[in-house]
Amino acid sequence: MDTLILLVVTGLGLGALYFLVASGLSLIYGLMGVLNFAHGAFLTIAAFLGWEAGRRISDGTWTGLAISALVGILVGATVAVLTEVLIIRRLYERHIEQALVTVGISLAAVALFEGIWGTDPIYTDRPAWLTQTTDLLGARIPNDRFLLIACAVLVLGGIVLFLKRTRYGLIIRAGVENRHMVTALGIDVRRSFTLVFAIGGAAAGLGGVLASVYYGYVSAHLGSVLLIFAFIVTVIGGLGSLTGAAIASVLVAVLQQFANFYLGGTGDLVVVVLLAAVLLIRPRGLMGKAA
Amino acid sequence: MNRLMTAKSLRLVIGGVLLVVALAILPLLAIDIPGVLPGPTYTPGTLQLLAFALLIAALALTYRIMFGLAGLLSFGHALFFAAGAYGLAMTLEAFGPAEWPSALVFTVAIAATLVLGFVLAATVGALALRVTGISFAMVTLAFAQAGSVLIRRNPGSATGGDEGLALDTAHVPPEFVGVVDTRNLYWLALGILVLVYLIVLWVEKSRAGHVAEAIRENELRVRVIGIRPYNVKLLVFIAASVLASVAGMGYLLLQSGAAPRIATADFTLTLLVIVVLGGAGARWGAMVGGIVYTLLDQRLTALAGSDAIAALPDILRVPLSEPLFILGTLFVLVVLFLPGGIAGLPARIATGRKQHPVEPEEAVDA
Repeated sequence: MDTLILLVVTGLGLGALYFLVASGLSLIYGLMGVLNFAHGAFLTIAAFLGWEAGRRISDGTWTGLAISALVGILVGATVAVLTEVLIIRRLYERHIEQALVTVGISLAAVALFEGIWGTDPIYTDRPAWLTQTTDLLGARIPNDRFLLIACAVLVLGGIVLFLKRTRYGLIIRAGVENRHMVTALGIDVRRSFTLVFAIGGAAAGLGGVLASVYYGYVSAHLGSVLLIFAFIVTVIGGLGSLTGAAIASVLVAVLQQFANFYLGGTGDLVVVVLLAAVLLIRPRGLMGKAA
Repeated sequence: MNRLMTAKSLRLVIGGVLLVVALAILPLLAIDIPGVLPGPTYTPGTLQLLAFALLIAALALTYRIMFGLAGLLSFGHALFFAAGAYGLAMTLEAFGPAEWPSALVFTVAIAATLVLGFVLAATVGALALRVTGISFAMVTLAFAQAGSVLIRRNPGSATGGDEGLALDTAHVPPEFVGVVDTRNLYWLALGILVLVYLIVLWVEKSRAGHVAEAIRENELRVRVIGIRPYNVKLLVFIAASVLASVAGMGYLLLQSGAAPRIATADFTLTLLVIVVLGGAGARWGAMVGGIVYTLLDQRLTALAGSDAIAALPDILRVPLSEPLFILGTLFVLVVLFLPGGIAGLPARIATGRKQHPVEPEEAVDA
């Protein structure tokens, strides 16, 4: 029983990370049709700069972590907006080229990070509470999992509120549904492209700082690993669906934990099998709109 | 008109044959191009690099019929290259103790690897082609990732994990073993490139190739005409993948081993960079891209370790000492400013157009 709870909570924590990356991917794809390979790079740069800021001001304390998170969010959003405005906008409506450009950015960025911060993971200091465990129904659960889950829930709630309650959210939702109709009604959808990139980048930035808490280190490849699972999550959840991304994140991460524990470390393979199964039964994903 | 066409294609054939002959006698000459090649062309080091470039060119060519011809943006092509390399290494090891003559073992191992490549390609293709466009890209990426993880996990110590798998030379023909025989490996690589080129040419000129091209341009119209895009796409997918595993076998023999790096998503992305850099619209673009990329990668790595770079201030030294950073940036610039890649250059110069063409120019395909 205690193992079960531990696996579920750890899975939820990992799912939270996946969701922070996948939410941005899904929104960007849903609205603009851009498969953003640079998303992992947004996450990594945010993790590095967040860590640099946090460690300069107050290492291993809550203040330090809060500053890291703030810097991470800002950096993620800024880099994402710059990418959109400077590069992706030039290739408007040419989806393959847009994906190719982001591939180039991600390759160059990872190489640059390796050049600056080295190829080895850098271990980070965390507030003491996060390194301890809490007893939950007999299971000893590392505290950082709770932080991750809380953050992801906040981000999910925030994005949903923004999408449902604001004018810009309305435009984005309408754009995901039918972009041409929105344009025909005289609304400049392109302005919300930048906004979606900013939101996605901010979520990825927070995800980067939290990933460094979860793994206990920052490295140039932090983003690439998470990005692949985030892709899988987005496809399973249905491209363009935020709720789908949330459900699929939890599903994928929990399944991964269980397979790793009970099936001898086959978590990654089980996830791919799940992906294949979903595609066979329901090619558009759990919550995706019909093609 | 017809006579003009034949004259042109005759010239192309003669040019191609001359090029292959020129490449074939390269190991017998002592051509030294400082800055491009590490040494004269007859030295094993240079031949090794050139052979590697030829294999990458062959691999890029297989990727080009997937992406350039059929418009299938696959992120899992590395899986089949790795299947060729690891498949041959593993079958050679499995047949190692057999009492058969070496030549037979070698042939059987190659045949077994081809079958493996075919089965893998048919399975992955049949599943992944159920979705289209960007979803297809992600699904192939997921399969490649699973393959990469499997290789790193080292199940039953079959794949050697992170250290890779060394080639068991017991049954490999002696002509392909050892540094002295690098020129044989070079000729093998050239042979593989020519073989892949001919098969690719055949696929492209076949009816299936034309249908694949039509699907890339307008899938709905192909459906309306009454052809199932799925079957044709699967055919192209399998052809490209099996050819990729042939290139993978060449890689195993050339490097006397397989490294887990060739199964990673990064490797597929590199291929994509190569094809786009060279120009997805033309066959020779992919090959030029493969050769340019390999040489550039090697020379930039050499440059990164040079004293001239080490003396630069940090802000210049760090980016310049990362070959992938330079290549990635170059790639972004090519996509932004040079659609059509290197292969599109002559046409752009000829027409003198500076603007983006609205449609990528397909006409350059000879």
